[in-house]
Amino acid sequence: MKKFVNDVDSLLLESLQGLAAAHPDLLQLHLDPTCVTRKKRATNKVALISGGGAGHEPLHCGLIGRGMLDAACPGQVFTSPTPDQMLAAAEAVDAGQGVLFIVKNYAGDVMNFQMATEMMDRPCATVLVNDDVAVERSTHTTGRRGVAGTLIVEKIVGAAAEAGASLDQCKTLGDRVNSRTASMGVAFTSCTVPAAGRPTFDIGEREMEFGVGIHGEPGRRRDTVRPAQQLVDELMAAILGDLKPARGSEVLLHVNGFGGTPLIELYLLFHCANQLLEREGLKLARSLVGNYTTALEMAGASLTVSMMDEELKSLWDAPVHTAALHW
Amino acid sequence: MNTQDIVSAAEAVKAAILANEEHIESLDRAIGDGDHFINVRRGCEAIVALKGELQPLPPAEAFKKIGMKLLSTIGGASGPLIGSFFISMGKELDGLAEPDAMQFANALSAGVDAIKTRGKADVGEKTMLDVLIPTSRLLLRLAGEGSDRATLCVKLKQEAESNMLATRDMIATKGRAHFLGERALGHIDPGAKTSQVAVFAVCDMLTVGATS
Repeated sequence: MKKFVNDVDSLLLESLQGLAAAHPDLLQLHLDPTCVTRKKRATNKVALISGGGAGHEPLHCGLIGRGMLDAACPGQVFTSPTPDQMLAAAEAVDAGQGVLFIVKNYAGDVMNFQMATEMMDRPCATVLVNDDVAVERSTHTTGRRGVAGTLIVEKIVGAAAEAGASLDQCKTLGDRVNSRTASMGVAFTSCTVPAAGRPTFDIGEREMEFGVGIHGEPGRRRDTVRPAQQLVDELMAAILGDLKPARGSEVLLHVNGFGGTPLIELYLLFHCANQLLEREGLKLARSLVGNYTTALEMAGASLTVSMMDEELKSLWDAPVHTAALHW
Repeated sequence: MNTQDIVSAAEAVKAAILANEEHIESLDRAIGDGDHFINVRRGCEAIVALKGELQPLPPAEAFKKIGMKLLSTIGGASGPLIGSFFISMGKELDGLAEPDAMQFANALSAGVDAIKTRGKADVGEKTMLDVLIPTSRLLLRLAGEGSDRATLCVKLKQEAESNMLATRDMIATKGRAHFLGERALGHIDPGAKTSQVAVFAVCDMLTVGATS
């Protein structure tokens, strides 16, 4: 394993210290328990808190700031944060209008956030994001995972909260965006969890993991690498098959890199996916390309389509000022 | 059983987990996401470090403190599951200074029930519950029959091991392995393995204690 590390046990802390030091006007790092909040606490709005294992940077700590999150709770790499972190974050940013947790649908995240809400004595609600169509919905399993679509939920609900939406309205909006958003990804290489010191999975030179999750965990199948257009066609077929947008619908297209794929390839994917949208009679309304929901250094990418309307477009366009997303 | 036994058990479990690092990590790499061993080790180390604070407490409070500590230390799915396990054991033992085998068996069952509820899982789903549920049921039965400690520990170890091995042929419906579907067949569940390792460590500690 070759990584920039001093002591593997202090990697997360040192990284968070770096993040806070790099954005002193935006972010405040709290320790024991660990959470990151906006430097300037917002007043009189619903507090938005997200969190999850580290290793997906810039998600979620890079999305804290005006127009988006109020706080985030980073866990160890690929490991859900703990309820005490969520309680501390809520304590730090609750502005009297309630707390909304935005949680990716992974068993650990769900259970820890659930315990936090059970232990908390302030008004709160949870939006569970499960945009990954690689895994089927099922009542017997944990179900679909929350992946790159989480950023879209956080951006849109963040804008609404900033504009004064109530806790109920934020919760309803978050659920609505989630239900209109679908993602699926492909990985070419594994990632290496620093504390484990070796790749999470073995994968051949000509192989890909189709439908991969954001920890390198499998999705649909192991397959042979094919030209990008074919991969995009198959990913988009699964995504659009889930969303079933009417012809003429406006959509947001998000190409997300997993950390080890250069932008030149991500833009190529965008090109391929955009052409497919045109063929399907769908209108590209908004776009986002880059490494936002990563899996350490894994090579690969996911596509996310989110169905827009006038309200959602205007919330997407609303000003945002965070480390990773700003306009 | 008293709090000293609990502290000794924690030390024994930590040592056993560390001794099985290679095996647990390889199982988790096969069907998990590679963080199971690290999380369990972090939990074990946190509990052993609490030793001084645990010793003066009655068993019920010691278990609750262990549960809260694990809840704030482990993270992932294991944190709430194992945290709930110990907190529920503690609640079941309230008011008992030195619980007997039957009382401990009842507490263990309450702890396992807490994992079932929190994880919405049951036997046959390729998780730690495949070891914990049958093993805790067997303890209830043996304690009810008045088995001696040595016999009881031998039987519990057999039960834990055979059920751990049985997860090899299961398709996971809970936990990270469920994303693999049939690809997880042929692999032992890492959570079942660490549970078996813990059962062995506690039984060995108790039987060594009995003969010394």
